[in-house]
Formats: sequence, C-alpha cells, structure tokens
Amino acid sequence: MPIRLVARQTHSRLMTWLTPIIALVLSLIAGCVVFSLLGYPPLKSLYTFFLAPISDLYGVSELFIKAAPLAMIAVGLSMGFRANVWNIGAEGQLTIGAIVGSALPVYFPESDNALMLPAMLVLGVLGGMAWASIPAFLKTKMNTNEILTSLLLVYVAVLVLSTLVHGPWRDPGGYNFPESVVFQDAAVIPGILSGTRLHGGTIIALLVVLSVWLLFSRTVAGFQVRVAGLAPNAARYTGIHFNRVIWYVLLGAGGLAGLAGIIEVAGPIGQLQPIISPGYGFSAIIVAFLGRLHPIGILFASLVLALSYLGGEFVQIKMGLPLGIAGVFQGMLLFFLLASDLLINYRVEWRTSRKFDRARTD
Amino acid sequence: MEAITTVELIMLTVVSAATPLLLAATGELVAEKSGVLNLGVEGMMLIGAVCAFVGALTSGSWMLGIIAGAVGGVLMSMLFGLLTLIFLANQVASGLALTLFGIGLSSLIGIPFIGLPIEKLPTLSLPFLSDIPLLGPLLFSQDVLIYLSVIMAFAVHWFLNHTKPGLVLRAVGESHDAAHSIGYAVVKIRFLAVMFGGAMAGLGGAFLSLSYTPMWVEHMTAGRGWIALAIVVFATWKPGRVIIGAYLFGSVTILQLHLQGIGVQIPAQILSMLPYLVTILVLVLISRHSTRVKLNAPACIGQIFHPNT
Amino acid sequence: MWSCLTGLASLENWIQPDPESVPVRTRDPNEFIAMPASNSLLSMRGITKAFPGVVANDSIDFEIAEGNIHALLGENGAGKSTLVKIIYGYYSADAGTIYWQGEPAKISSPAHARQMGIGMVFQHFSLFEAMTVRENIELAVTSRKKGVELSDEIRSVSDAYGLELDPDRDVFSLSVGERQRVEIVRCLLQSPKLLIMDEPTSVLTPQEADKLFTVLRRLADQGCAVLYISHKLEEIRVLCHHATILRQGKVVTQCDPTQVDTKELAELMIGRSLKPPTAKAKKTGQVVFSVRNLCRAAESERNISLKDISFDVRTGEVFGIAGVAGNGQTELLGMLSGEVLADQDSAVSIDNVDCGRAGVQARRDLGLASVPEERLGHGVVGNMSLTENVFLSGHEKYGLSKNLLMHFSNARSYSQKICDEFDVRHSGIHVDASSLSGGNLQKFLMGREILQYPAVMIASQPTWGIDAGSQAAIHQSLLDLAENGAAVIVISQDLDELMALCDRISVMFAGQLSESYSVSSLTAQSIGLLMGGAQVELNQDVGNAN
Repeated sequence: MPIRLVARQTHSRLMTWLTPIIALVLSLIAGCVVFSLLGYPPLKSLYTFFLAPISDLYGVSELFIKAAPLAMIAVGLSMGFRANVWNIGAEGQLTIGAIVGSALPVYFPESDNALMLPAMLVLGVLGGMAWASIPAFLKTKMNTNEILTSLLLVYVAVLVLSTLVHGPWRDPGGYNFPESVVFQDAAVIPGILSGTRLHGGTIIALLVVLSVWLLFSRTVAGFQVRVAGLAPNAARYTGIHFNRVIWYVLLGAGGLAGLAGIIEVAGPIGQLQPIISPGYGFSAIIVAFLGRLHPIGILFASLVLALSYLGGEFVQIKMGLPLGIAGVFQGMLLFFLLASDLLINYRVEWRTSRKFDRARTD
Repeated sequence: MEAITTVELIMLTVVSAATPLLLAATGELVAEKSGVLNLGVEGMMLIGAVCAFVGALTSGSWMLGIIAGAVGGVLMSMLFGLLTLIFLANQVASGLALTLFGIGLSSLIGIPFIGLPIEKLPTLSLPFLSDIPLLGPLLFSQDVLIYLSVIMAFAVHWFLNHTKPGLVLRAVGESHDAAHSIGYAVVKIRFLAVMFGGAMAGLGGAFLSLSYTPMWVEHMTAGRGWIALAIVVFATWKPGRVIIGAYLFGSVTILQLHLQGIGVQIPAQILSMLPYLVTILVLVLISRHSTRVKLNAPACIGQIFHPNT
Repeated sequence: MWSCLTGLASLENWIQPDPESVPVRTRDPNEFIAMPASNSLLSMRGITKAFPGVVANDSIDFEIAEGNIHALLGENGAGKSTLVKIIYGYYSADAGTIYWQGEPAKISSPAHARQMGIGMVFQHFSLFEAMTVRENIELAVTSRKKGVELSDEIRSVSDAYGLELDPDRDVFSLSVGERQRVEIVRCLLQSPKLLIMDEPTSVLTPQEADKLFTVLRRLADQGCAVLYISHKLEEIRVLCHHATILRQGKVVTQCDPTQVDTKELAELMIGRSLKPPTAKAKKTGQVVFSVRNLCRAAESERNISLKDISFDVRTGEVFGIAGVAGNGQTELLGMLSGEVLADQDSAVSIDNVDCGRAGVQARRDLGLASVPEERLGHGVVGNMSLTENVFLSGHEKYGLSKNLLMHFSNARSYSQKICDEFDVRHSGIHVDASSLSGGNLQKFLMGREILQYPAVMIASQPTWGIDAGSQAAIHQSLLDLAENGAAVIVISQDLDELMALCDRISVMFAGQLSESYSVSSLTAQSIGLLMGGAQVELNQDVGNAN
C-alpha cells in the first residue's frame, strides 16, 4: 500500500471543519450510486432530493421548520457528547415534553389566557428534563449505563403517548381518531411569515442555540463540562464531580428536547398525535456530530439534515421512492463523517520512502 | 391434556421470543469480550431480517434465507469494523450510525416485500427424543435457528474459557496494549469478533422474519437489538447467563402478550412497555454492584486501539 | 468469505505497516562492514531509526556476547527504548544490519523475536490484570502445555530461580515486584538466549532489586545474555560487565562500568555536568499542613485502603513520602488534594482550618496546590491548549474568571508567564498540551501551581520519566518554594530524589505511613526495608513533635 497515516502533533483545526464537507460530498457521490442501483436517474434524483425542495420561499420556510427542533435537540446532546455522556433517548424526552406541555390545552381547551403558551413551553422543558432525569439518576446513583436506559425509555415514552391519545386524551368529537383536541389559538405558536408555516418556534430555536454557545464557550461551567469529557480525572482535579456533570448535561439535553417537542405540537402540528416526530431525536445525534458538537456548526448541520427529510418526502411524492432513502442518506453521512474524522488527528501521506514510521517517538 | 398443551404452547412461544435475543446477545458478547462495543445490533438485526426474508422468498430455500441473513449482518458489522478499527472512529457514535443506517436501508430493501407471505422455518424433530411428553416438543422439535442459538451459547462459553484463541480474544479485550506488546494482531482479532457479532445478529434478525413472525415488517425488531445489548450486561459477559437473560426477557414478552390476550383491564400499550421496563429494572439491579460489573467487564471496552501512541 | 479476510488484512497493513513487507535496507556492498566477533550473540551495525521530527537512533553500532550482562545507559529520550524495540521486532530499522549468532537476521515481530530466543521484560508491564498468572504466561509462550501441566512448569522454573509465584492467582492481586516476576518467568519458560530488561528496578525496593540481580547473574552464568536498560548508575556499576552509553540517539562510548566512576558515567550520559540542587539554610516555622487519623476503605479489591495516616508539615520544610508504587500513594494524594473527601473534617487541616470534608476548590482557596503523578489526563488535558489548561486550577485567584465568565486574554498572558519563567519549550501557547515533551509539560504544570504561591504544595512523582535538565529545574523550583516559606510534600518512588530534596521522609507501605525520619538518619538500605514493610529501629526525627 502506498498510503500511510502519520499522527499529527496537534489536532488539525482546519480538518475539524473540513471533514463535514468532505463527508457531505462523499454522501452525495454515494447517493448517486444508491439512486442508480435503485434504477433511478442519479442526477435528476439528486436534484429532486436536494435542490427542488428549497427552490421557493415555501420550501425554504419548511426547511427552517424542520431544522429548528433538530438544532435545539442537537445542541443539548452535544453538551453531553462532549462530556462522554451518551444520551441517545432525546426522542423520548421530546415525546414526554410534548405530552406534559399539551396537558394544558387538553385540560383547558377553552382558556384564552395569554400565559397559556409560555406555560406550555415551560412545562415542555420540565417534562423533557423529568424524563432525562431517570437515566441521570440511574447513572449517578445506580451506576447504570445511560446509553441503554435512555434509549429504552424512548419506547416507553412513545407508548405513553399512544396510551393517552388512544384513551383519556382522545378528542371526544374526533370521530374516534387517536388524536387529542385541536389546540385553541391561545395554545398555538403564531406564524411569522404569511404564506408559509414558519412560526415563532424557529426564532426560539435560534436564540436557544446562541445562548448555549455563550454558555459553553465563555463560562466556567461549560469549560468544566468539556474538561469532564476530555479527561475525567482532570475534571476531578479542577474540583468538579463527574456526577454533577452527568446531571447538567442530561437535564440540559432533556429540557431542550422537551422544548423541541412542545414546539412541534404547539407549532406545525397543533394537536397531539400518536407520531409527533419523524425521528428528530435520533437525527439530532447526526446533527450534533456533523456540527462538530459546536453550536454554530450545529445550526448549519441542522439545515443539512432538515433537507434530507424534505428531500426524502420530495422524492417519495415526485418519483415514488421510499421514505427510507432519507434514513439511508443520514446514516451514510454519519459514516463518512466518522471515517473522515481520522484526518483530524492523522495525516495521510504517500509512502515514498520509509524514512518515518507511523509512530511518534516514545 | 388441555392444560398441558396450553403450558406447552406458552413455553414454545417463550422459546421463540427468546431465540432472537439469545442469538444477537451471544454475538455481541464475543465482540464486547474482544473490547469492541457495537451498539449497532438493532441495525444489524434489521438488515439480517430483511436479507433473510428476501433471500428465502426469492430463492425459495429457507437455508439460503438464513445464510443471506447472516451475510447481511456480517456486511453491516464489517462497516462498523472498518469505521472503528481501521478509521479509529468513536465506537458509540459508529454503533448509533449503524443502527440509523440499518433502519433506513432495511426499509428501503424491504419495500417490495411488505405483506408477502412466506413459509415458516420447518421444525426439525429429533427422532424419539421429540416424543418425550411435555419436554419432547419443547426441546427436540424446533427449527434449526433455535437449536443453533443454544448450541452457539455453549460453544462460545467453551471457546472463551477452554481454548487458546478464546484466551487471546479475552486478552485483547482486557488490555489491547499488553496484547499488542506480546505480538497479537489486535485489530485483526477484533475485526473477526465484530464479524461474528454481525453474523449472530443477522441470524437473530433472520429468525424474526422467517420464524417468529414469518413476514417482513418495517422496524420489526422493535428494540430487540437494544435489549440484547442489555442482556450482555445483565449476564456480566458470561455466555451461560446470556441464556438465562434471553429466556427471562422472552418470558416477559410472552407474559405481556398473554395478559393482553386474556383481557386484563390494562391498556395494551402499558403492557407493551413491560419488556422495556423490565430490561431497565434488571440493568439497574445488576449495575448497582459496580465492582461486580467492573470485575467482569472487558477493561478495554469501547476504547480506540492505536499502536504506539 | 476468505477473500473478505485477506482484504481485511491488507486494509490493516494500510494503517499498521507490516514489518515483513519492508526489507531492512542493507548497506552499499562497497561500504566497510564490521563483521561481528565470533562469540557475539547479537550485533548491530549502523542502526538508524527516525520518527517525524527526531532521529531516535543514529547509526548505532552495538554488540552483546553470550553470558554477558550488558548495560544500555542513557537519559530519557536518548533512544534506548527505540533500540530495544528494534531488537524485539517492534520497529524495523530504517537502515543498518542486525546479526544474530553471527548471521544477518531480520526480526519481523515480537513473536519472531521470541522464537529466535529473545525475551523482554517491559518497564510498564504487559500483563492482563483480570487474568491469572497461568493465563498470562500461556498467552505469551508458544508451549503446547495447558492447565495443570503448565502450572507445574511455571512452578519448577520459578523455584529454580528463586522467583516464588502462584500460577492460579489473579494478577491484579499481585504486588509490583510479583508482577515483574511473572514477566521474568514468562520469558524464562522460553529458555531465552537474550533477556532484555527495561528499567527493571524503578518499581522495586532496594532489597527486591538485589534479589533480581542474583537471578540475572545466575542467568548469565548459564550463558544467557542480559541487556540491561537503566539510567541508574550505581546499579549498573554493581551488575553489568559492559556498558553502552547513548545520548541523543548516538553511541557516546562503550566501557566497562566497573572501571569508570559514577560522576564520569553521569557526565557521559547527560553530556554536561549538572549543578545539584542547592538548598540554603532552612528556617522551618509552624505547622501549616496536618493530617490526623486519615482512613479510607478500599473501593474494590484492586484499591488500597488507607489506615490511620497522620503527619504534619511545617513552613519551609520538604517532607517526603517514599514507597513502592501501589501502596496507597495515589489514594492518599486524592484525599490530600480534596478530589476524594475524608469522613472527618478534622482529618486534613491547612493553616489550622479543618478541611477534610472540603472539596478541591475550597482547599485551593486555603493555599493548597497539587501536582498529580499522571500529567496528561489528570494534571492537564492533552487535547486542550496551554491557555485553556491554566483554567484547570486557580482561575479565580488570577482573575482568569469573573462572575463565572472566562477571561481568555488574562489566561493567555498567564500561560505565557508560566512558559517564560519556567523555561517551557513549546511551539505556541495555543497548541495542545499533549504536544509538549514530558519534561516541558511537567515544568508547565509545576509553574502553573507554583505561580499561585501556594502555602502547601504536594507533588507526586515530580520528575518521573523526564530528562535530567528538566529534572534539575523542577527540583530547584521545589526547594525555592520551600525556602520562600511554603510547606512542600513530595511523593516519590525515587529514593535519590527524596534524599536530595527532603528534610524528613516517611514510607508508605500497604496503606500505612511510617513514622517520619530525618534524612540524615536514613540510608537507602534502611528506607528500603521500610518500603518492604519491615520495622526498623531508627532515630525518629525529633523535630517532628507529634
């Protein structure tokens, strides 16, 4: 093999931001291959997938609507990932946040109190935090792996939602559909651009991401979370207990996922349904990595993943392709990203001589 | 007689519910023993399920179907091995990627096959033994994957504890640096262990689509991959205990179905939560004794191996 | 399926260069090649090995005869480890030839080296903690024996050399000395012709070291050559027949160590004469740091429990804690620094303020600073820049943070100040801490703590594995700190270091701390006995009025 890898002395900042683009390009190429294999013209399919959906104002607004929950959840998760706390149950926290926040319009369907919407958002955050506190408690007190507990709780949360919309929360006037009442105006996030479905939740998401950025890069607490992830012993050395970091990041991520959940039902959906998210909680994991676990990167990455959802819907409608293509694209994107991340810590060189070994001196 | 057949029926269904978990968990155990945490079991199972179904339906041979399932799982696991062992990517993230990819790809492959019927895997009755009342049909009149699941669990136990390659595999999971320093090919050994895990997860998926519910349904694993991962922890990385764990979870699944069947006044969704809640509960009970888990867990699990740094 | 596997193998080569595929480059035939002497076991000619940025071995010529104990002497970073890794088949040399028993040889892997009859005992043991002694040995030998048979063979070899071992014990329950025995027995089972020992005594008590020397001499008498790597001059003079001294990747000289005095050896090794650290006349004042009846139950069987530890340290004093690693020093440091809390608040007090229940930050506020043994990952974060690393301790004291917000400009000037004052060689304060060499990293870490002017400073293994120049600088800075009125505690395995720095020394053994003794009343032998857990009648330090 003429190729070899040389460890870098210090990790490459350029590559940190270049590899997402490399991954994206590789995914597009692989996407061509997938489309051809499925028997569709690759370039036309790529156009339909990636460009057609955002070729008008309405399309762009839909992109932002889908990016908002992804970005919010992803910044929450990114804090945890940096601290090596693997909360992969954001989908469940999103669901419970949506449920808890929806309790208000479900039980007070007539109220037009101006505090209705803010209270719903707060309850959504609290619901997500409560759900995330289960893995946090089990991790810190019972030493139980948070990856498995948070994930298994997704299934439970979705079943809780299903129980409610099939039973006590079903709209009595809803022809037996498993759906709650349609929320009254006071419980719906207002639109901000006529002719589109763009709503205030998008602005909330943007503000949330920016404030997390500030929190993370400028405060001592954010620094400590980063230290905890890179070197747990060094975190103890600075005087922070790792358990506290676990609580911070799980409650933070749970709260943001809950907020995303309630914004979804109080925004584009307008009522509780058995399925309120096309897997935002999972795709946000990809967003977090693609955005380099950095809030600004996550803003851009959320647009990419939102586009994959839109594109998936588009090729389904326009070309009759299955919706699963979006998942395949998302998975490939993460694969290519993880693989090309090697370039951050290693240099690829063509082996012209054996002057240097791959290893560094000891 | 009536009562006996009901008991038999329940026990038979427990065996079927336990088998995919046993297959997948046994494979994952070997991968984890070598120091690799592959969280993509769910994705590998799904690919295994869809490949097995497509393979069996198009070839008309259940044997080819099973092989296709295993190969599907292996291919997925090689993707994972490539990422984590060659490209040195984070194992947790790569495992998640594998699951997300597996969910998408399996639904893509499976679209033309949704709702198509297929013949259930044939049972292979062992002569005489299967005639033993009660135990006979339960133990000796099952399909090939059920036999295989139990045989593999024992085989893995024997391999890990009584053979030199098994010792080497454990050593690689215990300390990759030490294993490397005495000259073992850490990456190669781990890659093989990961591939074994993939094959077993693929077989677990194949059992779902060929025997448990002989058809293809999108996301038909419904979290079994994750439960298999939990079973490995529950079993504290011991193959014998994986059998106990798998059958325990199989029983919970069946109990929940039967409670729904006999009309217990609890919403079906709440009963459906039972397997997940029991998994969490059991994980908590095992993990509470941190020293016990630490003593048995492979010390290098999840760590990236890179010689000379 | 199999084609998959071979594909896999080549993929692996892609990352891990296969030494076999690359022939060792031989020299130009016209060039003069010194042929090895007739009784030579291993002979190396013109061995060169480069890594990015450094030539670790530069045209090294080197020879060992059968039955010889040959010292390879050099500072950290002189290229000793690289050279033995070439001999042991880890690396292949970029240039040069190796002769084994007079024949040109290519050593392609550690397994190949073992087959040829080369055994190696590593400095950081390559043992599997959760496995038994027998399993550990089985992994490394090619013998077909298994189970009871192998256990018997282990017993017979270990008895023959006086290396008592129980094959069925789990390795994690063994002491450091016992673990070394496992490694040695593992090599001996292969009946090696050459045994490589990498810094074997750095983890042993002087008595254990003496026992090891007996074993090595016996091996040499039987015709086995020993390549003995060390930077300890005294033991080389006692043990070895020949010495090769390396400096900056080159052979400086070869000599008979018994004919050269220690000072001369040291200067050959370091390349210049070093000023020993000097301490001016000390004025010790009142007690500023005191530990009373500190106890800690072990978390698991792999940890050590601390039993009833008490000591006092005064201003201006350097107090040493000696002991073989793994006797509770790590646990003790954690409890002194506040990373682990004591059960009683009175267990630790700084300046008469009880703080046994107070955390790291609270203790820092009282004037405590600590430098842990593990630099990367504990004292600093390798993947963060030097500037970010200053936030790990004392960020409030230096105005690096205000109202929970971090001030990066202050941090930059502070990290610059550390690097300037402590001579930290770096390629910019924005680079990752992991890119610094061990010595520079330790100077940075010391500087970060010392510039906070602590009242009490605890340093664990402060000069472990670093070059002599940095070592001297760090010793001097600790002495200066004491002279300026701080209480300094040094936890170390290196007796020479403790004897040079400390006023009083206590010894840690099995979680207990001995009485303290003034340095003048101690010899290396008497500390050695304490390190092995023996009770010694010595004049207890009178100045330590407990």
